[in-house]
Amino acid sequence: MNFTPLLAIAAFALSGAALADEMEYMPPVTHAATQEECSACHMAYPAGFLPPQSWAVMMTTLEDHFGENATLDEATRADIEAYLVANAGRDRSKAGAAPLRISELPWFRKEHEEEVSKRQFEEAKSWANCNACHKQAERGIFEDD
Amino acid sequence: MKYLLVLPFALLASPAVAQSTSPADLLAQYSAEAGAEASAERGKELFMANHTGGKPDTPSCTTCHTADPKAAGQARTGKPIEPLAPSANPERFTDLKFVEKWFGRNCNSVLGRDCTAAEKADVLAWLASL
Ligand code: HEC
Ligand code: HEC
Ligand code: HEC
Repeated sequence: MNFTPLLAIAAFALSGAALADEMEYMPPVTHAATQEECSACHMAYPAGFLPPQSWAVMMTTLEDHFGENATLDEATRADIEAYLVANAGRDRSKAGAAPLRISELPWFRKEHEEEVSKRQFEEAKSWANCNACHKQAERGIFEDD
Repeated sequence: MKYLLVLPFALLASPAVAQSTSPADLLAQYSAEAGAEASAERGKELFMANHTGGKPDTPSCTTCHTADPKAAGQARTGKPIEPLAPSANPERFTDLKFVEKWFGRNCNSVLGRDCTAAEKADVLAWLASL
């Protein structure tokens, strides 16, 4: 008898639960340049919300950053990329994919789908505006409040 | 011995250090670079106009800063932007590096190119007159 598939299923179910738990707190940005440069147009998103390859792609395409120019001088750009990649989250994406939006990741959709009222969303204007709904987002806290 | 003297100057010249300025100094600097007198009228036109050369989501400076630079604006993400006019926000145009970074980004987003020194002088002349 081979238990491998059963174990795999159990591990999968557990990782789902663990994922939701570990998301209630996501360490905030602690790197001064990232905090300064990446908080002008939205909050500085915690590095742990995207896998390393996503930050690498984002930090080399700042001339067209979601329809805006967010370019930096090369020294600052490289410094921020190194910090984000070093503190990135685990890669849960399909091989080769580099998702750029936290708000389009499967867990994000699942957590937000039925939880947010139309009015709450209209006030926030965009999923990217995390701290409009999560008042303690800057401190890394995303749980119910 | 010479080298010991050079070091402090090299540190002072470091680009990471904020370079403080004022709206008046900056206006003089951009005008000198342009070799022409600034025009608040032309600056207002550039700021208010809808441009087609840049990115589709940002046709105008007013997209984020609104048509009233003495009032707060809003980034496309919903994040508020403090007023641009120095009379409403004394921190504006006091850090050369910051000003250059945002003229660089915003002119490229809106116009699809860098602004010229003359254009920067014009916009600043208008904002400082409000
Ligand atoms: C010039 C303004 C600007 C700056 C500066 C900026 N961004 Fe953004 N960013 C945007 C815009 C606009 C969006 C899209 C927002 C939306 O869809 O509402 C965005 C979206 C994002 C998203 C995706 C959010 C989501 O939907 O999950 C990430 C991640 C991101 N930015 C990271 C960064 C990082 C890292 C930096 C610093 C290197 C940075 N940004 C600096 C304007 C900016
Ligand atoms: C329009 C309001 C709104 C916006 C914008 C929003 N969220 Fe949420 N978020 C919620 C609600 C409501 C919940 C579910 C209740 C809860 O757990 O707080 C939730 C849940 C979460 C959770 C799960 C928390 C847990 O307890 O496991 C995380 C993580 C999260 N959001 C992160 C983000 C991030 C990161 C952003 C920005 C990229 C964002 N949210 C933007 C409203 C929002
Ligand atoms: C997509 C939104 C957006 C557009 C469009 C935009 N800006 Fe900005 N602008 C910003 C943000 C965000 C900042 C930085 C945050 C802050 O300083 O409050 C900024 C800062 C500036 C600054 C820095 C001033 C200082 O000293 O603090 C200047 C100058 C400026 N913008 C001029 C312009 C001009 C001129 C245009 C049109 C060509 C323009 N902006 C279009 C979003 C925008």
